[in-house]
Amino acid sequence: MRPFKFSTTADSNEVSKILIANPHARLLGGGTNLLDLMKEDVERPTELVEVGNIDVMKIVSPASATGSIVIPAVEKNARTANDPAIRENFPMLSQAILSGASAQIRNMATNGGNLNQRTRCTYFYDVAMPCNKREPGSGCGAMKGLNRMHAIFGWSDKCVAVHPSDMCVALAALDAVVKVQGANGKQRSIPFTAYHRLPGDQPQKDNTLQPGELITAIEIPKNNFAENSYYLKVRDRASYAFALISVAAAMELKNNKIVRVSIAMGGVAHKPWRASVAEKYLLHKEATEANFKIAAANEMKLAKPLEHNLYKVELGRKALVRALMQAANGGKTI
Amino acid sequence: MAIIGKPINRVDALLKVTGAAKYAAEFNQPNMVYAFPVRSTIAKGSVTAIDSSAAEKSAGVIKILTPENAPQLKAIDPKVKTGGMLGEQLLPLQDNLVYYFGQYIALVVAETYEQARAAASLVKVNYSKEKHAIDLNTELPNGYKPQKVQGEDAQVNEGKTAPVIDATANKISYTYTTPTENHHPMEPHASIAVWEGGDKLTLYDSTQGVMGARGTLAYHFSLTPENVQIVSPYVGGGFGCKGSQWGHMLLAAMAAKLVQRPVKLAITRQMMQTNVGRRPATQQKMAMATDDQGMLTAIRHHTDSYGNKSDFFEPSGKQTAVLYKAPLREITYKIAKLNIGTPTYMRAPGETPGTFALESAIDEMAYKMKMDPVAFRVLNHTAEDPSKKHPFSSENLLDCYTIGSEKIGWQQRKAEPGQLRKGKQLIGYGVATATYPAGRSAASAKVQLMADGSVIVQSASQDIGTGTYTIIAQTASETLGIPVEKITVKIGDSSFPPAPVSGGSMTTASVNPAVMAAAEMVRKELLALATADAGSSLKGRRPEDIGYADGNFFVTADKTTADSYADIMRRNNKNIVEACTTAMPASGSGLGAPTAPCMEAPIDKEENSDKEKYSFHSFGAQFAEVWVDEDFGTIRVKRFVSVQDVGRIMNEKTARSQIIGGVIYGIGAALMEETAYDHRWANPTTRTLADYHVPVNLDVPDIDVHFIGKPDPHISPIGARGIGEIGTTGVSAAIANAVFNATGKRLRDLPFTPDKMLLKS
Amino acid sequence: MTDQKQAADFNEDEKQIIEDMITGDPEDMTIFGVSRRQFLKQLAVITGGFAAAQYIGPDELFAAPSVLVPGTIPINSIENGVNASFNVNGSPVALEVDSRMTLLDSLREKLQLTGTKKGCDHGQCGACTVIIDGNRVLSCLTLTACCQGKNVTTIEGLAKNNQLHPMQTAFIKHDGFQCGYCTPGQICSALALMDEAKKGEASYLTENIREKSLSVQLSDDEIRERMSGNICRCGAYPNIIAAIKEVHSGKEVAQNWQFA
Repeated sequence: MRPFKFSTTADSNEVSKILIANPHARLLGGGTNLLDLMKEDVERPTELVEVGNIDVMKIVSPASATGSIVIPAVEKNARTANDPAIRENFPMLSQAILSGASAQIRNMATNGGNLNQRTRCTYFYDVAMPCNKREPGSGCGAMKGLNRMHAIFGWSDKCVAVHPSDMCVALAALDAVVKVQGANGKQRSIPFTAYHRLPGDQPQKDNTLQPGELITAIEIPKNNFAENSYYLKVRDRASYAFALISVAAAMELKNNKIVRVSIAMGGVAHKPWRASVAEKYLLHKEATEANFKIAAANEMKLAKPLEHNLYKVELGRKALVRALMQAANGGKTI
Repeated sequence: MAIIGKPINRVDALLKVTGAAKYAAEFNQPNMVYAFPVRSTIAKGSVTAIDSSAAEKSAGVIKILTPENAPQLKAIDPKVKTGGMLGEQLLPLQDNLVYYFGQYIALVVAETYEQARAAASLVKVNYSKEKHAIDLNTELPNGYKPQKVQGEDAQVNEGKTAPVIDATANKISYTYTTPTENHHPMEPHASIAVWEGGDKLTLYDSTQGVMGARGTLAYHFSLTPENVQIVSPYVGGGFGCKGSQWGHMLLAAMAAKLVQRPVKLAITRQMMQTNVGRRPATQQKMAMATDDQGMLTAIRHHTDSYGNKSDFFEPSGKQTAVLYKAPLREITYKIAKLNIGTPTYMRAPGETPGTFALESAIDEMAYKMKMDPVAFRVLNHTAEDPSKKHPFSSENLLDCYTIGSEKIGWQQRKAEPGQLRKGKQLIGYGVATATYPAGRSAASAKVQLMADGSVIVQSASQDIGTGTYTIIAQTASETLGIPVEKITVKIGDSSFPPAPVSGGSMTTASVNPAVMAAAEMVRKELLALATADAGSSLKGRRPEDIGYADGNFFVTADKTTADSYADIMRRNNKNIVEACTTAMPASGSGLGAPTAPCMEAPIDKEENSDKEKYSFHSFGAQFAEVWVDEDFGTIRVKRFVSVQDVGRIMNEKTARSQIIGGVIYGIGAALMEETAYDHRWANPTTRTLADYHVPVNLDVPDIDVHFIGKPDPHISPIGARGIGEIGTTGVSAAIANAVFNATGKRLRDLPFTPDKMLLKS
Repeated sequence: MTDQKQAADFNEDEKQIIEDMITGDPEDMTIFGVSRRQFLKQLAVITGGFAAAQYIGPDELFAAPSVLVPGTIPINSIENGVNASFNVNGSPVALEVDSRMTLLDSLREKLQLTGTKKGCDHGQCGACTVIIDGNRVLSCLTLTACCQGKNVTTIEGLAKNNQLHPMQTAFIKHDGFQCGYCTPGQICSALALMDEAKKGEASYLTENIREKSLSVQLSDDEIRERMSGNICRCGAYPNIIAAIKEVHSGKEVAQNWQFA
């Protein structure tokens, strides 16, 4: 770790000021990813601002007039997953959070930090390797390297990394909104699917936050998915591993007909991947395995696998079907 | 009072559950400073320049060691036996050559760990890069055929099986591959070096062999071995990577010498992947044939693997020399030199990948012959060592198959794959044979009986989680007739009587006979005092009429006629009765020293590990039930049964744990462990425990362990063989065979990650 | 957790000694925690009688003159110094540390509380698990500076009210460790797990996540999932499960011996 100045503040406006004044300042939430990267010498902030204790940011709005739920950015993942309102209304979000990392890490990690965690690409983590995300212009080590864990959708010739979050996959499927605050307390809302970026020519940018902006909360609009949703995660070992593929599948059924459907995938792209092709196919159709299979096949036709991740196309197809089946089955194991 | 064998709690358990057990990095010293290595980012070539100016200016930095200023070490001389074993034939910072990615090329010493680590990232290095060797298949043509493997012929019957195998349709021939794996004990290696003047060195170190570490340090620093003390009371796991000596130990001592302050060098998890050995990848070409009844007629096992800066290579043909009755067997090796950190022993070196190949192939052969895989193994079982033609010292493998079959419920298994399922989960059963050599080495122990009735046992052995402390206490307790609570075992210090490295499943078989012999001498000396003592009720009694228990001698025929150890010592003005013995096996001392350091234990040759007469091996049968997700190819081991024929069990609790742990190590190898290298840089891309997966709790089912428990009458007077490694052998084959039974998919390339299952038709 | 287990296989003397642990002698109030010295003194007594003072007795362990108490590190070696005051095992600690110093390194290098282990230093193994304000967390990814005002419990702080914690006893009985290096983290994690179950918290394996009930009785697989953040390379998992199950269920978990 390079030396850094440490401060802690309870004032979100103060945070914005520091971020604008020092582009090398970083916010410290749970530290589960940032400190990891600092020890690896990947992140080299000169200043850390601890924000985990900002009380003003901890105001929870369990149910607004519209029925949406607002979860604070500095709230811990574990508490969010176990919040009764989340478990009742958005069980898929609880499942997604609980499928990630370990109990200890979920107790530490904040919601805002989860959104802003960086890729687990080994070439990003190893400062001896080229990586356009870590050092723009140095090249992509993974493109022609060991890319078994990497993207099959939306990658560019600059970067094939995937976003590692589980929580974000569920939030993408839930059409969440990211609430941010910028300089002078200026607020704005970013639709979740527009928060994270595809790598394009600027893989160093993971998201669309502007300088000085910080996440204050995440709002999840009311929906009727609770009965028929599931977060499925496939990984190399039974627990405590990043996803090879994950699927957040949610639907609203009327007499087994799909009146609303929302699907997102993890482990496949630089951002949580909305399976909009599959969604489009399924809308207004019967919730049957046959329909799920066609939808999954249609979605995965767009995949562009790399040398070592061809399996993700097949796995993605099967995971989509399984997650949809399980969602249709009331979230229960089939 | 039989205490040997009892499942007593570990005698060091209380220290371990309260956090008081102290590991190498926890012996902080006054005035101590911290060291952090700089590692190469090329795999082959030389360092042309090191610019440490920025690092030197960094706060807290005391010294930066490079080949320019590092203390010169006495060079490696292959002819000299140092008593130790360098893991790689490479001394750090003695020249500027680079042999693998991640090699230590400089060392930063600073006041704090944070400062040392930060400064290390500021050291700039220029290289002259050469083309590295990284692809095994590309390099094999330039490889060599080793002549010896662990003392045995490494090229057996080359070319001789082809006529037999080629002539029949009853044959199989497949290649099985295993990846590079890393040991990853939970405690990363750490050393704290403390010099007293220029000629006395203490090294607190996490090692499986304090004597070996002493030998290596003494030799390369030109010190007398007695002036080097290695202290390692608790070791946070080893599995082979702490069995030899690696660069950080030398670096810590070099730095401490240079800065004249104690130095702590605790390596990182990332360095565990590059600097302390690994199990090398293997490609094993197996072929075998049977007659029409399914009797094996020939087995061929060729291993391709790699080495680097040592002669070590993976001896994966070992079990093929020992198992099954086939009249003809061909076992050969070819080794290439790659620019990968040097391979070393890793839990069941040889047998772990070797049984994967052999026992998968046996399963394939049985399937081809439409025979039940257990029945096929029983049919081809051998009761004698088929290579050496010696009887096994003790062998009950057939019982292992029988008991294991019953425990796993083998009759539920369907002969044809894909017949059992629950929902989306395909269910299958598999079996494999386990085996590992039962080695024994010379070992010494000192037993001291104190006037207060307490006992101290000393031996320069180690407890790497195996239970050595506990079973030594049990051996001393039973031999002396003193409760285990009164016995303090002191190991993990090179100043104690010498004992072998805790490796090769040898500690139990080696150290306990020495402890037993020394304890016997103490007991006999004490009894002699009593029977000659006018003040004793035992005066004039014959030793054969005397029993002992709970710190008392008594007349066996009349237990009320007794005398206590404490009284005998008091009357004879003895503060201490002690003895030191060395138990030397009949074949090979294993110590590198031809003479016993203590009085040699009197052991009858028939029970003293005579390899001229007997072949010493342990055996077992591994049974797995797996559930495979039919869509995702994810494999979960749902149940596992391990039946082990490993001689007498010293402590059923710790022994069971050893086998359970071995099986879990095998589950890791089967399902997830792989060190992957990017061939462009020859760097491991699995750098941390997030990338190099080892099993977590949810990967592991109930594991049913059963011991045959019959003492080995020929290995030692105690009859116990070592059990640290056999539990791992056969596990990945049992799982592979179960996966085939569940799915019809035969995987021959470890580990069985979902991608391989999915892409396999 | 309320279920008090008998110390496994301890004889009467040992039980007495364990009960005598931590008497709370006010003279022994130190930065290390209530009567830490006392605890260790008595631990030494236990271990002497218990045959557990294996090579290095706790007296030696902690009476070492090398203890780096706060303030002995030269001031010029502290960069970006931060003051942090918090409680460790019930006793206040005030440290000035380099802003980079993790709680794990503060415990091990400054406070000589070496029971908390460094296994990977990156949140990938769980060996450094401690309990902060009731939650299990990783001390390797926690800056000391962030501990201001918090309550930290480490393995050294678990034996309370003159007793080993039942979880410690169960780990001994079921041999929930081999090398012992992951053990402090496993035990801290297991304690927190039971609290989480009591509060009705869910895991990824929870079948109906929408139903929230208190005091969940966990299946073996649920315990396995919830303990998967603590890696044990020796492979003591089945024994760890047995230990936790025993304490969690309050029912003895059978041990079947062949030779006992």
